[in-house]
Amino acid sequence: MSHLNVIWPISGGLLIGLSAALYLLLDGRIAGISGMTASTFGLTGEKVSLPAVGFLAGIVCGAASAFVLIRQADVTISSSPILLVAGGLLVGFGTRLGSGCTSGHGVCGLARGARRSIAATITFMTVAAVTVYVGRHLVGGP
Amino acid sequence: MIARLIVSILCGILFGIGLVVSDMVNPERVLAFLDVTGAWDPSLAFVMGAALVPSALAYRFRRHQSRPMFDDRFHIPTSSSVDARLVVGAAMFGTGWGLVGLCPGPALAGIATGRWEVVLFATAMLAGMLGYKLTILGQRNSALPNNGGRKLQD
Repeated sequence: MSHLNVIWPISGGLLIGLSAALYLLLDGRIAGISGMTASTFGLTGEKVSLPAVGFLAGIVCGAASAFVLIRQADVTISSSPILLVAGGLLVGFGTRLGSGCTSGHGVCGLARGARRSIAATITFMTVAAVTVYVGRHLVGGP
Repeated sequence: MIARLIVSILCGILFGIGLVVSDMVNPERVLAFLDVTGAWDPSLAFVMGAALVPSALAYRFRRHQSRPMFDDRFHIPTSSSVDARLVVGAAMFGTGWGLVGLCPGPALAGIATGRWEVVLFATAMLAGMLGYKLTILGQRNSALPNNGGRKLQD
């Protein structure tokens, strides 16, 4: 992992925030990735939303071009396949039950001061930190 | 609809670039933020802090708007009750996030790396969403009287 230069997270964060801002003011919607993912794959119980499909396609294309043009992929994943599956299942089920993830609750919900999003963000941040603590310092590495 | 679709693609592209630029596609970086007693990396705090600036400005500006530019109304949740579903769901999400270091946005953006680990995680994530649809969502739908064809608000 490269050494932290705060220019990267700040400029990346501004882009994510700009995306959420434009999506709200132009399309009138919350840039919640878990909800849009469920909609794209017909997992919400409602009709597939075409803009949700567009947003997801945009994420993959935007990331692919950024990997080529701006910042080389330096992605380290040390989790075992079993942990990847368990983590994916929990993230998928949990974000649907809790109506959102880091984007919908974290970026959009906090920005509009929504009580539910503040509660959700505090909960998933705390539980994630405890999970990392248990995995890395008590059990001894994933 | 075409305008809305174009906006959503452009917003998705911005979001995807933002995830790569901020290195949030890298689970090691995210786990280093969550590892508060280890070699802590504050990146995620900078990302969320910076993202909240344009986002909060937009939500403030929105109060003076009657409708978004390309739709006839805003689609913003109105509920403010913190219930068990919300907290249990957020806790499950937090556990999965802490196990791997990937949340839904980076899981999708990370597919662009072509790494099998990300594809496996994203597939399991969809399976988890399907599990929710088949269990909780199915129960809630059948618990509603006369729900034939009616939209379920979430």
